[in-house]
Amino acid sequence: MTTSSHGRPRSFGLPAWVFVPAALGAAFVLLPLAAIVAQVDWANFFPLITSESARAALWLSLRTSATSTLLCVLLGVPMAVVLARTEFRGQGVVRSLVLLPLVLPPVVGGLALLYTFGRRGLLGETLSAWGIEIAFTTAAVVMAQTFVSMPFLVVSLEGALRTAGQRYETVAASLGAAPTTVFRRITLPLVLPGLLSGAVLAFARSLGEFGATITFAGSLQGTTQTLPSLIYQQRVTDPDAAVALALVLVVVAVLVIGLARNRRGVG
Amino acid sequence: MSVLSRGVLAALIIVPALAGCGGAGDGQDDITIRVYAAASLTETFEKIADEFEAEHDGVDVTLNFAGSSDLVTSIQQGAEADVFASADLATMEKLTADGLASDPVNFATNTLEIAVPPDNPAGISSFADLAGADVKLVVCAPEVPCGAATAKVEEDAGVTLSPVSEEQSVTDVLGKVTSGEADAGLVYVTDVIAAGDDVEGIEFPESSAAVNTYPIVALRDSGQADLAQEFVDLVTSAAGQKVLGDAGFAPAP
Repeated sequence: MTTSSHGRPRSFGLPAWVFVPAALGAAFVLLPLAAIVAQVDWANFFPLITSESARAALWLSLRTSATSTLLCVLLGVPMAVVLARTEFRGQGVVRSLVLLPLVLPPVVGGLALLYTFGRRGLLGETLSAWGIEIAFTTAAVVMAQTFVSMPFLVVSLEGALRTAGQRYETVAASLGAAPTTVFRRITLPLVLPGLLSGAVLAFARSLGEFGATITFAGSLQGTTQTLPSLIYQQRVTDPDAAVALALVLVVVAVLVIGLARNRRGVG
Repeated sequence: MSVLSRGVLAALIIVPALAGCGGAGDGQDDITIRVYAAASLTETFEKIADEFEAEHDGVDVTLNFAGSSDLVTSIQQGAEADVFASADLATMEKLTADGLASDPVNFATNTLEIAVPPDNPAGISSFADLAGADVKLVVCAPEVPCGAATAKVEEDAGVTLSPVSEEQSVTDVLGKVTSGEADAGLVYVTDVIAAGDDVEGIEFPESSAAVNTYPIVALRDSGQADLAQEFVDLVTSAAGQKVLGDAGFAPAP
């Protein structure tokens, strides 16, 4: 545990007391997870997680989370680049506002979306004039997830961009590369690990999204009922099903994070 | 689990002891009774609790409002409660089946009503109108009491509803209607009254198929059994019934 094959230093003068709160913190996070596993009704586990509503919810969650992650990448990467590579007045304020969903209660996010894209919202009338109705559709689920997940991608990518610095970009530009070429050939490959971990964070956050979804999109099997919504609904009437589904959610999240970590290790 | 039950045991021993201390002193400010009540009782029970405190010098009523099922779960897990009022009989039965209370009294009933935004965009006037193809209808999920009532009315009326969303609680349904997202929602009469001008209520005869009965009980493990019973008595008294009636509840048969 203290030695490393890659010649990393043995734990160097870390004060011994640090391990006590560290272990407490770890126990605080791990114990509830263990409690969930202990609660699972293993005899009925498989029937519980393969019920029609469970399969519909899992499939919907995976589909919408993948779509919202894609949207986060398409919109979040340019945002992170603008925040990291340019300077303009009020940038600090813009950054804080854009990252606001990080600290906003998701329910508030859902209300904000409702007041914007809802039928009687800011853009609602314009949208319905075009024949677009968002509330109660799967698109509303994706929008709620994108809203809460985007800051995760922007923050982690902006950090990666700042750490990477602009040396290579400057060299490439001085050698005559056009801005788009620099962005595509230098900037993006350089921060790919940061982009990947940002995307994984966004996916995981989308997968767990509940408050904004239930406020903005509602809950209907196959259309808007994601796995967290189903767990919330089942927790009282069928706690066994809720616990089994919770475990599925945890496993999916762990798989995604583990997969991304492995990929990054190889690359 | 054993740690939890030991904690509960400790609480059971310590709380009556503390309460006893409060009672023994000449000031009675330390006495608190905890009333767990269904979320739909919020306004009425706040009023009744005020009345109770006015009648009982030095007694505090702490109210805890949530979904009936959630409340039963926490009482079963050892939460300290003296009185429990449920929004339906089935939920109360979970508690009595566990031996945590006995002989609940029915004190009110509530029926479903259609709630629409004030301008009634879909032109709803009857229960059958809710099944219209273009109507954005929001109901409670069948797992919660208001959803169970909805399913029963639906079956009894022979109308098949196709809601755009099945919500977790009656307040979530109401929220979708007041915000104008939904054309109509099925909620309780009392919710329509509480929402005031934000929604318009439409009564429908089919609602008589599912009348929700509210039972109340003093809990077995209450450290304040007498006060708990007095609170129950106040709810069923003429004064308590007046408060409930003003809010739209009908008297229990």
